[in-house]
Amino acid sequence: MTTAATLTARESPPRSKPRRDPAYWLYLLPGATLFVLIIAVPLVYTVYLSMTRWSGIGDPQWVGLENYQRLLEDEVFWISFKNTIAMIVAMVVVPTLLGLVLASVLFDVVGRRFHPHTASVLRAAIYLPQVLPVVVAGIVWGWILRPDGALNAVLSSAGLSFLEGDWLGDPDKALPSVMMVMIWVQIGYPVVVFMAAMERVDPELFEAAELDGAGWRQRFTAITLPQVRPETFVVALTCTIAALKVFGPIYALTRGGPENATNVPSYYAYFTFFKKLQVGYGSAIAIVLTLIIVVVAMAFMWAQQRGERREAGA
Amino acid sequence: MATTLMPSAVTETQPGPPHTKDRYRRGAARWVVLGLVAVVCLAMLVPFGFMVLNAFKSPGDYSTNGPLSWPSGFYTEGLETYWREADYPVKLWNSTLIAGSVAVLAVLVSLLNAFALGIGRVRGRVWIVGLFLLANMMPQEALVYPLYHFAKEVGLYNTRLSVIIIFTVIQSAFGTYLLASVLSTFPRALLEAAAVDGAGKWRILWRIVFPNLRPTLAVLLIFFFIWTWNEFLIPLVMLIDNSTQTIPVALASLQGDRLMDAPTTNAGSLISLLPAIVFFLIFQRTLTRGITAGAVK
Repeated sequence: MTTAATLTARESPPRSKPRRDPAYWLYLLPGATLFVLIIAVPLVYTVYLSMTRWSGIGDPQWVGLENYQRLLEDEVFWISFKNTIAMIVAMVVVPTLLGLVLASVLFDVVGRRFHPHTASVLRAAIYLPQVLPVVVAGIVWGWILRPDGALNAVLSSAGLSFLEGDWLGDPDKALPSVMMVMIWVQIGYPVVVFMAAMERVDPELFEAAELDGAGWRQRFTAITLPQVRPETFVVALTCTIAALKVFGPIYALTRGGPENATNVPSYYAYFTFFKKLQVGYGSAIAIVLTLIIVVVAMAFMWAQQRGERREAGA
Repeated sequence: MATTLMPSAVTETQPGPPHTKDRYRRGAARWVVLGLVAVVCLAMLVPFGFMVLNAFKSPGDYSTNGPLSWPSGFYTEGLETYWREADYPVKLWNSTLIAGSVAVLAVLVSLLNAFALGIGRVRGRVWIVGLFLLANMMPQEALVYPLYHFAKEVGLYNTRLSVIIIFTVIQSAFGTYLLASVLSTFPRALLEAAAVDGAGKWRILWRIVFPNLRPTLAVLLIFFFIWTWNEFLIPLVMLIDNSTQTIPVALASLQGDRLMDAPTTNAGSLISLLPAIVFFLIFQRTLTRGITAGAVK
């Protein structure tokens, strides 16, 4: 459910007169009240809890910045952030690059040389994992990757028994396996967004390039890539945030194991809250994660605006 | 988790240009490309194939013949076991009730917020929209413990209502952001004409703005429904018993249970995915096109 869309609130066209009728505040009232109750107050409370020691019962005990100090020395915390980098590779880098190529092939080759319908059907297959409950998909994958699951059965019937393994139980294999599943989950999103972007482009542009003898590769670099740049930013930002927040698939596949090989900050926070009952420490993890997300999002927006300004200036 | 979907530009699929040159339609290379893409798409569907294949096997069949064999009989006991143990119809109703209520309420709240921000242009609206956007990016872990604690205090713990309220706010944070940007370009002339005719704000909202926004609102409604349907962390924390849990939470809680042998796991996954697949087939066009309003200038 992560979503962020454009990076700047769109400024309105010049207004006739700056009419500001305070009565409009009434319309904001229900939304603002709910926002304060469900987002603002809990967030502030989590910040407070992150400076306490608390098991969830009795009164929180103020400890200042102790939890944050502890975080710096907590090996699991660092492992979980290192694993986030792997999640960014699996959920941002690979899907964006692969998505660009797939979308372009589907749109420019399949859509134009066969039929747009063929392209839509293929796109639907790629997109399907995006609309399914990711936890359920994770459970199916968890069974496929079990030692007695479908993947090993396929390998052994293909005569590749030496490749078999405990895909989620072996600390060396677990992270790459989870990454593969995340690529499978994520790939449909960039494909759909990029194909929608390509549909915006004047088809004559592609045709003219083709008449001039430009192959798919040239059309891809000269037309497609520059045209979908704004979407690339949006995709990269939303996928990065999703990667930083990933929880459900980890819960379903490995619960962060084996030996924290697949632990990520959001699962670590959940585990600290509800299994270890260290609410203060869990809050500190959650707050650090929140700060990282905010910084990353701002960096993206800043980069995008700078890119736009440069383009406008050129 | 995060199905990150960005509503993206609704453009009709371009029908092939009328004057497509024939020679560009020929050639063997395009068949190779189509073959490769088709292989990728099939690979995407393979996990579902394995799931269906093993959902109808008896445990004995599975343990003798393994996961790749064709079922020796059409065995539905796995499905029945899961249906009964998980009390599937109740879960289906819970998921539908929660996702449906959230979709409607969140669209409504988004519309009201966006009316004040986009049309009313209240003071500080850029900051307010920014706040909603931030709320949307925030990890739910930063909210979940206080929400869990407060819900217990006020007696909303383990109720579907708690989850409905929470997701109404979370989804409407995105909706507000999106609709505010759509409404900031709403034709002023239309609003002014209505105001001259003596229409108040409430009337303008429902008679002018709402009908014009209806297609966008419908798309938002569908996305909110799916996003809420697929949510996991907060329902996992908030809903602890059989009568309140949603479909994904129920399956995850039974995972690892001794009654969940491989065929039952697959059968349970199959019926847990089914509603989402049906939904996808119905709304495929909307979902794969999305909405780009606001996403791309």
